[in-house]
Amino acid sequence: MKQEIIIAGFGGQGVLSMGKILAYSGLMENKEVTWMPAYGPEQRGGTANVTVIVSDERISSPILSKYDTAIILNQPSLEKFESKIKPGGILIYDGYGIIEPPTRKDIRIYRIDAMDAATEKGMAKTFNMVVLGGLLKLCPIVSIESVIKALHKTLPERHHKLIPMNEEAIRMGMEIIKEAE
Amino acid sequence: MKGNEAIAQAAIRIGVDAYFGYPITPQSEILETLAEKKPWESTGMVVLQAESEVAAINMVYGGAASGKMVMTSSSSPGVSLKQEGISYIAGAELPCLVVNVMRGGPGLGTIQPSQADYFQTVKGGGHGDYRLIALAPASVQEMADFVGLAFDLAFKYRNPAIILADGVIGQMMEKVILPEQRKRLTDEEVMARCPWATTGRTNGRRPNIITSLELDPAEMEKRNIHLQQKYAEIERNEVRFEELQCEDAEYLIVAFGSCARIAQKAMEMARAEGIRVGLLRPITLWPFPTQAIATRATQVKGILTVELNAGQMIEDVRLAVSGSVPVEHFGRLGGIVPDPDEVIAALKEKLMK
Repeated sequence: MKQEIIIAGFGGQGVLSMGKILAYSGLMENKEVTWMPAYGPEQRGGTANVTVIVSDERISSPILSKYDTAIILNQPSLEKFESKIKPGGILIYDGYGIIEPPTRKDIRIYRIDAMDAATEKGMAKTFNMVVLGGLLKLCPIVSIESVIKALHKTLPERHHKLIPMNEEAIRMGMEIIKEAE
Repeated sequence: MKGNEAIAQAAIRIGVDAYFGYPITPQSEILETLAEKKPWESTGMVVLQAESEVAAINMVYGGAASGKMVMTSSSSPGVSLKQEGISYIAGAELPCLVVNVMRGGPGLGTIQPSQADYFQTVKGGGHGDYRLIALAPASVQEMADFVGLAFDLAFKYRNPAIILADGVIGQMMEKVILPEQRKRLTDEEVMARCPWATTGRTNGRRPNIITSLELDPAEMEKRNIHLQQKYAEIERNEVRFEELQCEDAEYLIVAFGSCARIAQKAMEMARAEGIRVGLLRPITLWPFPTQAIATRATQVKGILTVELNAGQMIEDVRLAVSGSVPVEHFGRLGGIVPDPDEVIAALKEKLMK
């Protein structure tokens, strides 16, 4: 098993932390992982992206030209990465940030209105976990149990009380993701 | 964890006595991790944010003179500032570790990854005929492992060592197994390991003097000849490199650090197309794996170096093969990192046409 994923959106949307939690979840299952952020001016506002690879075998390049799966959270990222998904690969996007939806026919396209759903439930801060839930529904790269373990590992202890809310967000994401029309 | 964190964690665990540094992207997590871990409370390691890079390297000079395991880290512009101190430390034959997590230059440049400090690292940087033992990690695991290796080599040869990483290796996260926690050496152990160090003269011992100054040119030449003999010994004993799928290779890629990882993927993709590519990754940039490259040159049709610079290591590859096969370069500049497709395209364009 090997999954090569790009997660891209605005800085502050939790793109990097979502990738980090996914990578740590892979670690919890003793898989090989790499997490490679665009750490430039992007991190200080503007667009942010991170490449996450989860694999059963040793990973060569942390930087890729093509991805199995792209998670797209704003319009500029869609324009940048839609063409870089392997044929037959998966594109997941949040409708909130996308004015012109993806057009490719040779990939599987899913929509997850995570921002709206999370805001409605008053848990906007777990937006990225809703998206992660959507991803895990389509590609069960890691188990929810491993994600919970990863949250324990990556969140400072004072935030551990928020883990149940994150779990709820993941399960919500699993429910609301749907094939794009 | 990130490569930068791995450096900091490994430094605490192998019993480094002191870190002196000044923050700069993309390596600030080294100092940040040390500040967070507070090793002064556990191992007694000193962690100090100096007033400048120049101050930090001279603190290293002082600490190294007393036989302690001391280190500093920075990124390209900051390492340029340290060059005077590095030359003095090399001249005074002191062991220490300098970490350079390279970013795009010249000047203040960008904060994104680069390998454009290869010349600075292996050809000098500071003044005088000196060499640094230069290790190029290609993974977060090697970031952790090379801290201990660098100090072992530095003390074995009384010579500064440098870990030459880049923004990719510093910023990316991977799985890592950290070294076991060791105690720092006691003063008695330091005196036993470093009889040359300025540890406080006792009755009956001649004073130890640490200096790079020698006003008598005849003496200075002797000292230089001694240094050259030491460098020749390091070149004989300490060359390190990794070869992947070289046995049947028709084309060879030579790349270090992050570029070796990208080139490895390119190699896998090219092999899937039926192009027999091998990868030779120098782990020590000095001493350089000259002989290994010369040997592979006898079997391949051409060599491509892949670097995040305009063509620096390629000079050492060309010296190694002495014109026996074509050697071409592919690189991106100023903080841009190529993807594996670009490497394959360059291989076809430059060597297979």
